[in-house]
Amino acid sequence: MSSFTLSFLKQLESESIHIMREVAAEFKNPVMLYSAGKDSSVMVRLAQKAFYPGKFPFPLMHIDTGYKFPEMYKFREKFCQTIGARLIVERNEEWIAKGCHPLKEGVDKCCGYLKTEALLDALRKYGFDAAFGGARREEEKSRAKERVFSLRDSLGQWDPKNQRPELWDIYNTRINEGETMRIFPLSNWTERDIWEYIKLEQIPIVPIYFALKRDVIIRDGILIPVSSDSTDDDKNVKRMLCRFRSLGCIPCTGAIASKAETIDEIIDEVRTAKKSERENRVIDLTSDSSMEQKKKEGYF
Amino acid sequence: MQYGEKSLLRFTTTGSVDDGKSTLIGRLLYETKAIYDDQYAAIERTSKRKGFKEVDLAYLLDGLAAEREQGITIDVAYRYFETPKRKFIIADTPGHVQYTRNMVTGASKADCAIILIDARNGVLTQSKRHGFIISLLQIPHLIVAINKMDLVGYAEDVFNRIVEEYENYSQKLDIHDIVYIPVSALKGDNVVGKSQKMSWYDGTTLLRYLENIHITADRNLVDFRFPVQYVIRPHLNFRGFAGKIVSGTITPGEEVVILPSGNSTSIKSVVTCDGDLPEAFSPQSVVLSLTDEFDVSRGDMIVRKKNLPQIEKCLEAMICWMDEKAMTMTTPYIMKHTTKSVKAYITKIVYKIDVDTLHRKPAGTFLFNEIGRVEISTSAPIFFDSYKVNHATGSFILIDPLTNNTVAAGMIRDAARHIEDYVDNKSGDSDKLRKSRHTIRHGLNIPLIDREKQNGHKAAVLWFTGLSGSGKSTIASDLEKRLFNLNCKAVLLDGDNIRNGLCSDLGFSPEDRKENIRRAGEIAKIFFEQGNIVLCTFISPFRQDRKLARSMFTKGRFIEIHVHCDIDECRRRDPNGLYKKAQAGLIKDFTGLSSPYEAPSMPELFIDTESLSLRKCVDMLEEFLISNSIIPSRNIFK
Repeated sequence: MSSFTLSFLKQLESESIHIMREVAAEFKNPVMLYSAGKDSSVMVRLAQKAFYPGKFPFPLMHIDTGYKFPEMYKFREKFCQTIGARLIVERNEEWIAKGCHPLKEGVDKCCGYLKTEALLDALRKYGFDAAFGGARREEEKSRAKERVFSLRDSLGQWDPKNQRPELWDIYNTRINEGETMRIFPLSNWTERDIWEYIKLEQIPIVPIYFALKRDVIIRDGILIPVSSDSTDDDKNVKRMLCRFRSLGCIPCTGAIASKAETIDEIIDEVRTAKKSERENRVIDLTSDSSMEQKKKEGYF
Repeated sequence: MQYGEKSLLRFTTTGSVDDGKSTLIGRLLYETKAIYDDQYAAIERTSKRKGFKEVDLAYLLDGLAAEREQGITIDVAYRYFETPKRKFIIADTPGHVQYTRNMVTGASKADCAIILIDARNGVLTQSKRHGFIISLLQIPHLIVAINKMDLVGYAEDVFNRIVEEYENYSQKLDIHDIVYIPVSALKGDNVVGKSQKMSWYDGTTLLRYLENIHITADRNLVDFRFPVQYVIRPHLNFRGFAGKIVSGTITPGEEVVILPSGNSTSIKSVVTCDGDLPEAFSPQSVVLSLTDEFDVSRGDMIVRKKNLPQIEKCLEAMICWMDEKAMTMTTPYIMKHTTKSVKAYITKIVYKIDVDTLHRKPAGTFLFNEIGRVEISTSAPIFFDSYKVNHATGSFILIDPLTNNTVAAGMIRDAARHIEDYVDNKSGDSDKLRKSRHTIRHGLNIPLIDREKQNGHKAAVLWFTGLSGSGKSTIASDLEKRLFNLNCKAVLLDGDNIRNGLCSDLGFSPEDRKENIRRAGEIAKIFFEQGNIVLCTFISPFRQDRKLARSMFTKGRFIEIHVHCDIDECRRRDPNGLYKKAQAGLIKDFTGLSSPYEAPSMPELFIDTESLSLRKCVDMLEEFLISNSIIPSRNIFK
């Protein structure tokens, strides 16, 4: 391999760094959405690299539904403290107080209140004009259509039929009053790239990505972890060796049967996976276009 | 091979409706195991609901509900797969009505393009259009996949006929590497595995070809260009310039120039989070720290001292119009070029291209999806190379200032030049003077623009006119030395010297004066064409003669300088004792005394040598040359 060849992981890294610098240079008040998941961990590492030897010039913001795994909260606090990042946590307190739950309100409504509404409110509250998200095109079919710089109208909505053409590496960052931009620096990364990069860069991740014996309920073929606010009966609970392939809210995030206890084992598993990454995400399965619908409304 | 060491190939796929593009991509993804069971189950569900017997892989690609409802592809979709050798990113672009906008989007970053042709239908207009866009965007490799070979009995002659037809068409395009592969996406022939049914085809399969295209050579690793994206100042002791090396390579210690200031310095270090680099290359994102403290900000460009991009405010470019609102010549569009945004007016439509016939036609505007050549004027100079040699510094987008929409994609050809500037501008006078009518004028062996590029400055003729003793020669000699020291190619044609040699057969009658000037102009022209800044010092008292000299040169490159001094002062100076001789009646037809001097009414520059010091005069000239972009700002030469 010649010395002037950049491996594709390094090419992806360079592309992401370039995107982040464009945002920092051209927007007034950007923010990086942070979920404590693996993609967020990679995105934050890239931000550290992009502005080295300085610090990245924007805060992290976690849209918290109150339903995240305890390990995620713990990890979030420690991670942000270690890297010295400013963390904003925003919650839709009104609906959290009302006890909003996917089994009561339905998955789509619950997501709408606790995530989409909370996110749009938070963007308005702080006057953020640009928000980085860790979404990847490979994850889901409507995301495959997403631009790197994705314009949202004043209500935070995505208009997939009317996206700006995106040419070369020249990003149109201009927005009108009230509009915001979502930026997806990991657009071209695949699940395997994320894990390979985590390995290469030794990026810390939430431990629940690794296999462990856990109590789960099997609902529609998905292994849902048992937690205090689960409404199911105890008789369905099974103890299984499993791990979380992607992370969301406890009621809607399934585990997968897995023996992968190390990064290498996870990479091996991802490489030979028969099912897609979001197979365990209840929120994607409500209809053929559930993600697209959510995105149109302003979802991540 | 280590996973991280795999190379990356971005390709785009396009074709007409129903040519089986989705099936082809589905096949590639399926056979490289990039389709998951649950995704397959989902498209199985959709196919069933739609009443199809077979699973239609197209549903995998249509990410939007509207696409699945209408069975059409609306926007570019990105797909990912890998083989043990390479990672692939597919930008899948729809081939229908909005094809230009989508194809240009999908193709802008592609290393390779696949055009699908249905073997039953042969080469359609659509297939030609797609080829044109690939050529326009200078995608280095094109694969023409002739699909549905199973439906034409895998016939070699069908394949050959299509190849021949496309080959004929593509000769008019600027694509250097085209391969033709007969495939059946449905049955899998020659997609991943070699077809058993087409033994007559001895080429590789589609996937094998994609795996082996050599793309390193397509990158520009020669011209170092570093558009500054962001300034990083973590503390007082560090100031670095973040950006992506869009082309070329750089090592610490190399001398660089900052554009547009022209300040020169050297690279102190190439900083990354993973440590300083001994050498960096495109497309790495790095931080450069410089040896000297200069004001550098976003939109500036750091380049090598001896390898400058063009720096111009008027460019000629091909544009694809991508907005439903038609183009106007009165809108101040925002041009984003590298990291710089400037105001830009489209000042001229050179032609619009009929994509179907490749014919050029005049136009007053551009409508949605139209393509053509324009001239653009920008509010500040931009630093560019032609798109052909450097995609990163030769491309731009135009943004509507009101809607903020991206309205056009642009590919710079060159600085705007007008044909009349380059064609010989023969005035009637010079024609009448021609006695040798049967000689042929040869074109320039090395184009002027290439010489100018190498020299780092433009060619020009500085024509000093004025009375004898006004100071023409003194100023010109000083300027010549100064230009020489600035590494400019300058030559001095001194009127007296010319008269002593080349024109020693001429006297001072109006006719002879005219011939003297004509000859001087012709010599100046030869030097001019070799890229020189030619300093001509000739009294040249007659307007008509100076006009003749002017007519030999490109507009803007003949600079008439009236060196003015009162005749009494000239007489007092009388450096060569000519006034004395004239007064003594030894010289007849002496300008200012016995022969008239017709002062220029509109010289490019007026220099009064009575009130200005020599140094001031030469300064004035230098400033003039800089402000008219004949020579670059001084700092570049440091």
